[in-house]
Amino acid sequence: MSTALRSPPVMPMQDRVIHWFRFASPASFYPLAGKMMPWFWALAAIFGAAGLYISFFVAPTDATQGEGYRIIFVHVPASWLSMFIYMVMAAWAGIGLALNARLSGMMAQALAPTGALMAFLSLWTGAFWGKPMWGTWWVWDARLTSELILFFLYLGFIALQAAIDDPRRADKAGAILALVGVVNVPIIYFSVKWWNTLHQGSSVSMTRAPSMAQTMLWGMLLMALAFWMYSVAVALKRVRTIILEREGHAEWVRNLPEVKP
Amino acid sequence: MNWGGPAEFFAMGGYALYVWGSFGVVALALIAEPLMLARRRSEILRTLRRNAMADRMDQESS
Amino acid sequence: MKALLAVTRRDLLLAMRRKSEVLTALFFFVIVTSLFPLGIGPEPALLRKIAPGVLWVGALLATMLGLQRMFAADHADGTLEQMALSPTPLALLVGGKNLAHWLVSGLPLVVLAPLLGLQFDLDAGSLAVLTLGLLIGTPVLSLLGAIGAALTLGVRGGGVLLSLLVLPLFIPTLIFGAGAVHAHQSGLGATGHLSLLAALLALSLFFAPWATTAALRIALE
Repeated sequence: MSTALRSPPVMPMQDRVIHWFRFASPASFYPLAGKMMPWFWALAAIFGAAGLYISFFVAPTDATQGEGYRIIFVHVPASWLSMFIYMVMAAWAGIGLALNARLSGMMAQALAPTGALMAFLSLWTGAFWGKPMWGTWWVWDARLTSELILFFLYLGFIALQAAIDDPRRADKAGAILALVGVVNVPIIYFSVKWWNTLHQGSSVSMTRAPSMAQTMLWGMLLMALAFWMYSVAVALKRVRTIILEREGHAEWVRNLPEVKP
Repeated sequence: MNWGGPAEFFAMGGYALYVWGSFGVVALALIAEPLMLARRRSEILRTLRRNAMADRMDQESS
Repeated sequence: MKALLAVTRRDLLLAMRRKSEVLTALFFFVIVTSLFPLGIGPEPALLRKIAPGVLWVGALLATMLGLQRMFAADHADGTLEQMALSPTPLALLVGGKNLAHWLVSGLPLVVLAPLLGLQFDLDAGSLAVLTLGLLIGTPVLSLLGAIGAALTLGVRGGGVLLSLLVLPLFIPTLIFGAGAVHAHQSGLGATGHLSLLAALLALSLFFAPWATTAALRIALE
């Protein structure tokens, strides 16, 4: 029989390996991301609703800061996310560099604008919190200053990738910059803290939030989860667009229902 | 937390500008970002669809 | 090691042939630091307070002006590719270029700074701390700046982009360098700050050349 001479079927072991790495290709990740997105939007909405409810209707008035302290329910989540996203972005960029994987680089590129936005929101809400509490729109405390520098690091990453025309070179150069940034962030934070304690007499600090009632903590946590789910959803949405932009010439893109005429 | 009524809620104990200035900008940003992304996506889809049609016409005429 | 010094010698020779570029950056340092008293006022007490920050920021900016020079010319005429292909480790050759850049851009700043410090009525002790700090810190600036120069090699808007990338990385050096002089002025002693500066130098000596080399290879692909 001619069939006896054909090569044997793929071994189960290889099959399992192939399944895992299958999603490393833009072509298979695109539909997967599309399916995951609605779940993350839903989670963001649910956590956001719960968080906002607690922020405004459960958490009590603060003894020293009145109602103004409620800004922490957006300020702290934005700060946490800005730092978390930077780490994740650098991780994806590093993986893309190490494994020469296009999709990982695209993921880093997708995360950067959202991270920068979080950093900006952290600065904005920080200023709006500082003005009524400490009288000035800007306070050079260690955390806000570090946040400002983190914002600059994001802008540098985005600017570098935007300036390089070749997408693969942009991915790799961005990866180096992000990794250098990640190593520097703790050094920068330490040096700014050092600078702050030596120069400021009073320990005016935004890190010393009002003594946390249990409810306040819950509010912050839920809002942080909401911001996190939102960021994932937006990053998935952006990476899908990036995939379309960079893989447009590919066969599978041309056969997509949204592209087929 | 019991607000005396909507007026009290919006006044935020005198901190209205700061609280709503913060939450407002955050809401604005988290709505604007996906909207801008949607626009970027429809732009690229339009370009890709146009290219697909051009390819098809090339194929038909050749 | 010989290769490193050979590269350094070559870069120094090339720099000497284009002296104007080097001197321009130095004059920039002088002019920029003079701008601050003009903008703020000549009161000696105030000047003594702002001097460390002003001189350090001036040094940062002057260093940045010369960063692109590190790789641009060699990239343009193909020498950089030859270096990448040579059997000598690229990191070593990069080290040589860093050394040359510091000798030409950083060291003159170290020499000029005490003179400019006199314009700000700094006393001898403060001048010493300032100079020592710059001596330790300017190599860090060259090392970190090289990463940015390599990343932006041949890229549109290179110069300004380079500043945006590299200035945040310079901040710890600035804080510890200027802080050292402030600490001395307030009687706390500069040893802590200067030790931290030395730590930064050690860290960047070990890690920066790797990043620069990786960035160069990416730029040369």
